[in-house]
Amino acid sequence: MDTSLPARPRLPIRARFATTVGGAAATVSRLAGKGDGSVIGGIIGLRLEPDLLSLLAAGRQVVLVTGTNGKTTTTRLISAALSATGQKIASNVYGANMEAGLTSALSRNPDAPLAVLETDEKYIPAMIKATQPKVLVLLNLSRDQMDRAAEIWMLARRWREALAASPGTLVVANADDPLVTWAASAAGSVTWVAAGQRWREDSWCCPNCGSHLVRDGDDWDCRECGNRRPPVRWTLSDGQVIDPAGRAQPLDLALPGRANASNAVVTLAVAEAFGVDASSALGQMRGVTSVAGRYTQVQRRGTEIRLLLAKNPAGWLEALDVMVPAPVPVLLAVNAQTPDGRDTSWLWDVDYRRLRGRPVLVGGERRMDLAVRLEADDVEFHLVDSIDHAVDVARSPRLEVLANYTAFQQYRAVLGRAE
Amino acid sequence: MSDGEHNMSSWRPLRLVWIYPDLLSTYGDRGNLLVLERRARLRGMPVEVAQVNSDQRVPVDGDIYLMGGGEDLPQVLATRRLASDGGLPEAVRRGAVLFAVCAGYQILGREFGGAEGQPLPGLGLLDISSSRGERRGVGEILADVDPALGVPQLTGFENHQGVTHLGPGARPLARVLAGVGNGNGTEGAYAGRVLGTYLHGPALVRNPGLADLLLTWALGQQLPTLPSNAEELALRLRDERLAAVPVSQ
Repeated sequence: MDTSLPARPRLPIRARFATTVGGAAATVSRLAGKGDGSVIGGIIGLRLEPDLLSLLAAGRQVVLVTGTNGKTTTTRLISAALSATGQKIASNVYGANMEAGLTSALSRNPDAPLAVLETDEKYIPAMIKATQPKVLVLLNLSRDQMDRAAEIWMLARRWREALAASPGTLVVANADDPLVTWAASAAGSVTWVAAGQRWREDSWCCPNCGSHLVRDGDDWDCRECGNRRPPVRWTLSDGQVIDPAGRAQPLDLALPGRANASNAVVTLAVAEAFGVDASSALGQMRGVTSVAGRYTQVQRRGTEIRLLLAKNPAGWLEALDVMVPAPVPVLLAVNAQTPDGRDTSWLWDVDYRRLRGRPVLVGGERRMDLAVRLEADDVEFHLVDSIDHAVDVARSPRLEVLANYTAFQQYRAVLGRAE
Repeated sequence: MSDGEHNMSSWRPLRLVWIYPDLLSTYGDRGNLLVLERRARLRGMPVEVAQVNSDQRVPVDGDIYLMGGGEDLPQVLATRRLASDGGLPEAVRRGAVLFAVCAGYQILGREFGGAEGQPLPGLGLLDISSSRGERRGVGEILADVDPALGVPQLTGFENHQGVTHLGPGARPLARVLAGVGNGNGTEGAYAGRVLGTYLHGPALVRNPGLADLLLTWALGQQLPTLPSNAEELALRLRDERLAAVPVSQ
C-alpha cells in the first residue's frame, strides 16, 4: 500500500496568500451567481504566485484524467472509487479543467493527500510538469471543436513527448483506441485497458506510420510498421469487467451507457494503482447517479426530462446509444458559441438514421444546421424554440434531451441547477 | 424543353466516389456526398456511391469525385498514394468532375506545404500552388462566385493556414467578401470540371447552387427541377448564415 503519505510540505507564504485571496474571489463569484467560482479563484491565485499549482500539488498523489470524452464522469468515478481509501480527495468536480481550475481544486482542499483532476487535452504536457502525477488516465482521442483545438495527431504527439519526460508516471490507457495507445506507449509504465471504441472515424490509419490499420473486432494492427494493440490487463465485456485474474463481475452502474461502462473499467485500473480492489471500488462507483447535471432527471410540467451532454461526433454517437428507445421523444439541441466551437460541420459526422420513426424535436441556436442534417438522413422532426416548447410539442411523460455544451447549460439554467 | 422530361431512373446511375475518407475526412466531409446524393435522387437520378479508402484502388469510371480535409500528415500520405495509384488523374483526364475542399484542394495543385512547411509536390490537376501562411484563417466565409458559373454567393466555414496562388491555368472560384480564402482576396479555384475551395467540410450544404453546378457538369445537360419544398430548409439555413456574417465593406 502506498496510500500513507509523509506530511505535506507547508506552502510558502506567498502561495498561502495567493490561495487565500483566490479562495475569497471564488466565494464572491459564487455568491454573485457566476458559476462555482473555481476559474476566477484559480486565475487570481496564479497571478499572485505563478508556481501555485506545483506548490499545491507537491507531496500529493495526483491523478490527471484526460481524453476527448468522459473526462468529467471518469474524474467523478475515480474520486468515488478512491474514497474507499478513507483519505481526503481534492477534485475539480465542476469540470474547470485548465490550470486555474486545477489550482482552485487543490487550494480548496489544502490537506487532501489525493487529487483527481480532470485536465483539458491541450494542457496535459504543462499539467504533467506542474503536478508530477502518480497516474495519468488517457481515455480516448477524437475530433472535437476543431475551430480552435489542435489537430488530434499533433495532440497525441505532444502527449508522447510529455510522457517520455515523466518516467515516474503510470499511464492508464485505452488500448482499443490506436491514437491513445500510440501516445501512451511513450510512457515508462502503462496499464492497458480494453475499454472499447465506439467511434472509429479518427483511427483508420496507423498513428505511427499512416498506413491503413487492419481492424478485426476490437483488435487492430498495422501491417506496415508492426504497431499493434497491446495485451490488456482490464477488459470491458458486455457490461462486465474482467479483472487481471480473469474474473468477471457485473458493473451495475447507476450511470447509463457503454461509454460510462468504459469509464468505469478505466477507473478500476486506477483504483488498483491505489490499492483499492475492484469490489470496493465498484461499491462506491455505483453511488454516482449524475455528474454535474449530466444524466439528471428533472420534472417539468408533468414531463420527466433526462439531460445528456455531448459535444462532438463521438460523444453524440455514444449518447444516441444511451437514449431510452422509441416511442420516447428526443430533443436534440445544438449551439455554436465559443465553448461549443463555432463550426457546426461535425453534425455531418454523426449518423442519425436510427432516429427514424421516433418523435424528434430540434432546438438550440443552430437548429437549422441540425434540421438540414436530419433531413439528409430522412429523419422527421419538429423545430422548437425552448425546452418548454419541446415539452408542449412532445406531450409525453418522458423526454430525452441531448445537447452540446452551451445548449445544455441553457436548458439546465431553465430547469434549475439540479444535480 | 424535352430533355428535362426524361425519365432519369432509366439512366445509368450517377457514380459518386469519395476519395480516402480514412485519411481525408475531419470536418463532416460526408456532408458533400450526402447533399449530392440527395439532390440527384430527388430529381429521379439513380446514384451509386463508392467510398474508397487509402488501401483501395481509385476507380477511373466515377462521375463525381470528392476529396475532403485532413491533418498535415494524412494530407501528405493521401497525396503520395493518389499519385502512385493514378486512378484519380486518369478519371479527371477522362472528364470526371472533381470537387475538393481544404487539404484536398491543396493536394490538387502543383505543390503545397508539408507538416514542417516544406514544399511538397501535389497531383498537378489544378494550376495552383499552396504554402503555409502566417496564421490560421478560422471562421465564417462569404464570397461572390465567378459570374461565369451562375452560382449564388458562397457561404461556409473555413479553418486552414494555407495560402494559395493561382497560375494562368486556373480561375478563382469566387471573390472574398468576408474571411480569408486563398489569402489574396480570392477564394478557391476551378478549371474544366475540377473545382477546389477552402470552404471546409460540408461546403455544399449551405451552397446547393454549387452542388447543382457539379451535378450539371457530370450530367452534361441542364438538371430537372427539384420537387417544391425540397430545399426549403437548406435555403433557410443559408439565409440565416448569410445574415449572421458581417461584411466589411
